Amino acid sequence: MFKILSREDLAPSIKQFIVDAPLIAQKAKPGQFVILRIKEGGERIPLTIADYDAKAGTVRVVFQEVGKTTKELGTLKEGDFLADFVGPLGKAVEFPNHKRVLGIGGGLGVAPLYPKLKMLHEQGVEVISIIGAKTADMLIMEDEIKAVSDETYICTDDGSKGRHGFVTVVLKELLEKGEKFDEIIIIGPAILMKIGTEIIKPYNIPVMVSLNPIMVDGTGMCGCCRVTVGGETKFVCVDGPAFDGTQVDFDELMKRLQTYATEEKIALEKYEKERGGCRCHQ
Amino acid sequence: MPSINKSKVKTPMPAQDPKVRSRNFNEVALGYTEEDAVNEAARCLNCKNPTCMQGCPVQVQIPRFIKCIKEKDFESAISIIKETNSLPAICGRVCPQEDQCEQKCILTKKGDPVGIGRLERFAADWEREKGVKIPEKPNPIGKKVAIIGSGPAGLTCAGDLAKLGYDVTVFEAFHEAGGVLIYGIPEFRLPKEIVKQEVNFLKELGVKVETDMVMGKVLTVDDLFEKGYEAVFIGTGAGLPKFMGIPGENYLGVYSANEFLTRINLMKAYKFPETDTPVKVGKKVAVIGGGNVAMDSARSALRMGADEVYIIYRRSEAEMPARKEEFEHAKEEGIIFKFLTNPIRIIGDEKGWVKGVECIQMELGEPDASGRRRPVPIKGSEFTLDMDTVVIAIGTGPNPLLIQATQGLDLNKYGYIATDEDGRTSKEGVWAGGDIVTGSATVILAMGAGKKAAQSIDNYLKNK
Ligand SMILES: Cc1cc2nc3c(=O)[nH]c(=O)nc-3n(C[C@H](O)[C@H](O)[C@H](O)COP(=O)(O)OP(=O)(O)OC[C@H]3O[C@@H](n4cnc5c(N)ncnc54)[C@H](O)[C@@H]3O)c2cc1C
Ligand SMILES: Cc1cc2nc3c(=O)[nH]c(=O)nc-3n(C[C@H](O)[C@H](O)[C@H](O)COP(=O)(O)OP(=O)(O)OC[C@H]3O[C@@H](n4cnc5c(N)ncnc54)[C@H](O)[C@@H]3O)c2cc1C
Ligand code: SF4
Ligand code: SF4
Ligand code: FES
Ligand SMILES: [Mg+2]
Repeated sequence: MFKILSREDLAPSIKQFIVDAPLIAQKAKPGQFVILRIKEGGERIPLTIADYDAKAGTVRVVFQEVGKTTKELGTLKEGDFLADFVGPLGKAVEFPNHKRVLGIGGGLGVAPLYPKLKMLHEQGVEVISIIGAKTADMLIMEDEIKAVSDETYICTDDGSKGRHGFVTVVLKELLEKGEKFDEIIIIGPAILMKIGTEIIKPYNIPVMVSLNPIMVDGTGMCGCCRVTVGGETKFVCVDGPAFDGTQVDFDELMKRLQTYATEEKIALEKYEKERGGCRCHQ
Repeated sequence: MPSINKSKVKTPMPAQDPKVRSRNFNEVALGYTEEDAVNEAARCLNCKNPTCMQGCPVQVQIPRFIKCIKEKDFESAISIIKETNSLPAICGRVCPQEDQCEQKCILTKKGDPVGIGRLERFAADWEREKGVKIPEKPNPIGKKVAIIGSGPAGLTCAGDLAKLGYDVTVFEAFHEAGGVLIYGIPEFRLPKEIVKQEVNFLKELGVKVETDMVMGKVLTVDDLFEKGYEAVFIGTGAGLPKFMGIPGENYLGVYSANEFLTRINLMKAYKFPETDTPVKVGKKVAVIGGGNVAMDSARSALRMGADEVYIIYRRSEAEMPARKEEFEHAKEEGIIFKFLTNPIRIIGDEKGWVKGVECIQMELGEPDASGRRRPVPIKGSEFTLDMDTVVIAIGTGPNPLLIQATQGLDLNKYGYIATDEDGRTSKEGVWAGGDIVTGSATVILAMGAGKKAAQSIDNYLKNK
């Protein structure tokens, strides 16, 4: 059992837990993730390690409530326990010899972006960041991103904060101005990573994306997380989650993410009905 | 004492009706009653030179335990079995007895062998129903041993070392201990409650079981030595799924057998939405492969509600590696077999869902390295089967995570861990056994390897 030491609500439906997991905290590196299960009978879901503190023995995760499991997770409070919390999984990312990096985070993608930028910043690399969300109150981790960036651009889809539009608008501008980067990291929904990669491609700058396919074990045992990269089948949980964006078959990834759409709806409806039912009796 | 039973046929074991069982996950074979067991035990000749024992990788004292059953001394029967086999309820159910102990039984000369596996299962079930005696804890030796992986190899090694007084900890990547016994072999062949009880028995012996520990990631073998473990046994199994490398394998609705069975068994997708993990089983399911894993996948698909389930195998029935009993059960339940058929392409619709499998007819040619006749495609014989789910069960490779993270571990040419006869690896203080050494094999061979390694570890630590 893994104790939730603290909980913070970062935005409507986006929550953060600090979890007591000393062994994972000691081994974690930027780019890695955990798999958790709330309780017996629950499903295994992956969440990126948004931060870790080896000394305190804690791991931070940030999640968005999108379906049954993340909504149920969102009901847990400080002091509650998770049945399982497994990691650190996946490959750590490395940036040897980089001098200037652009980091782009869309929506929840800001959370997995943060540990990478933090590491780059600590290595003395110049970090430019673009973070965005649908609306101003959905924007997360702004101060933390700013603290590890030399320059930060903020975008909202509705213009309620920063630039009006998608993060890709700023990306285009920077590239058109002729700005140079050793690498561009872009993390967010698959469609954002796909479009962003297409924009960057003509400039011949390396693109790193972080993929989020459906997973079960997270240890390379089931093959559920397979994605075509450079014409080869890769298991994201052991070969990734970070890949060269120009090589990823995003269309296949997006299709595969839909595999259980029907079942996910059933699970969520059942959950909300049961919860609703409970509330009536309170 | 009951007289000798001269029947040439094995006392039949009651089983659920195929029509009923093909729609539920309850155990198929129901086990002997006391009367059945005594009756079957009376067929054993109690041979002076029991050839049956040569067929058992862990040398169960077969005539001795069977004699006790015949005398209705079930208590002694089970303790004799447990002298050499710590997981009899499991072996009695899943051992390929027809290739092992029973194949070597003298009675096969004139008829059916003694139902050794069934009797072993009976004795173990009898004990379980009565409540297993909590073992006396041995005097602690004060030395720590780590076991990585909780499949039959790891569990056996852990049990044997704990009985000798070592302080044993098992580290398992999943949230539940048992390896393939939990995530692979389905409930209807091996109820998970039995595996849980065996694991609990080890805990009573003092073995600590730490789940959620992906070794190589959260701790390395060298970390274990630093933490004061003096020997390490690796039993991480062969769980890396193989795909065929044909077009269309990433369409929605195409599963590796590992994923399909893990969702159903470990994650209990057959109870969805009571449980949270879904699995998608269409009306027409193709399972590719001819081993136990293929049989288990096909029979699981049927139980998940499929109308038609096909097993597509590129060789003929004679070469099929699956256990005969499982093949028979699968046929009874209505699984359709397509022999000498090889898939060459998976066909999908515009949304990316699988809708068919293009196959080619094969014929048997010259024998290959394994001595089996090699299947060769017949030109122009391509045809398409409409399918909405495909499960690929063509084999597995070594689980890579721990191997990659461990320095100084020699591998063989197939990527499995190289060991000597006792399971010793090239790394000081490290043993390995089970599927991670041999490649996919059997429960009892993995147990045998765990046992040998335990003895060798004991010798090593005694002299250290
Ligand atoms: C490596 C990795 C890191 C991730 N990091 C984060 C993170 O830091 N924060 C965050 O909020 N989300 C993260 N995700 C996504 C998160 O795992 C899913 O949002 C979550 O599993 C949805 O579960 P649900 O039951 O709430 O929703 P559901 O309604 O079941 O699913 C909603 C959608 O989530 C995806 N999904 C469903 N089940 C899984 C699964 N088992 N594994 C992966 N995706 C699934 C599918 O696309 C599905 O359509 C990450 C995913 C991966 C693979
Ligand atoms: C579907 C199926 C049906 C089968 N049917 C039969 C049958 O009827 N009869 C028979 O005799 N055999 C059968 N087998 C084969 C038999 O199950 C295996 O040979 C046996 O389980 C091997 O045991 P093992 O202990 O070596 O490994 P496994 O049972 O594979 O256990 C290995 C364990 O190690 C864990 N692990 C892996 N990597 C790590 C890591 N890095 N850190 C921590 N833990 C890790 C895994 O999660 C797993 O729990 C079947 C196999 C399958 C898949
Ligand atoms: S352990 Fe397996 S091979 Fe040995 S006697 Fe029992 S059933 Fe036969
Ligand atoms: S060979 Fe057959 S008959 Fe002889 S002891 Fe073994 S089981 Fe009994
Ligand atoms: S999640 Fe199972 S192999 Fe990646
Ligand atoms: Mg879900």
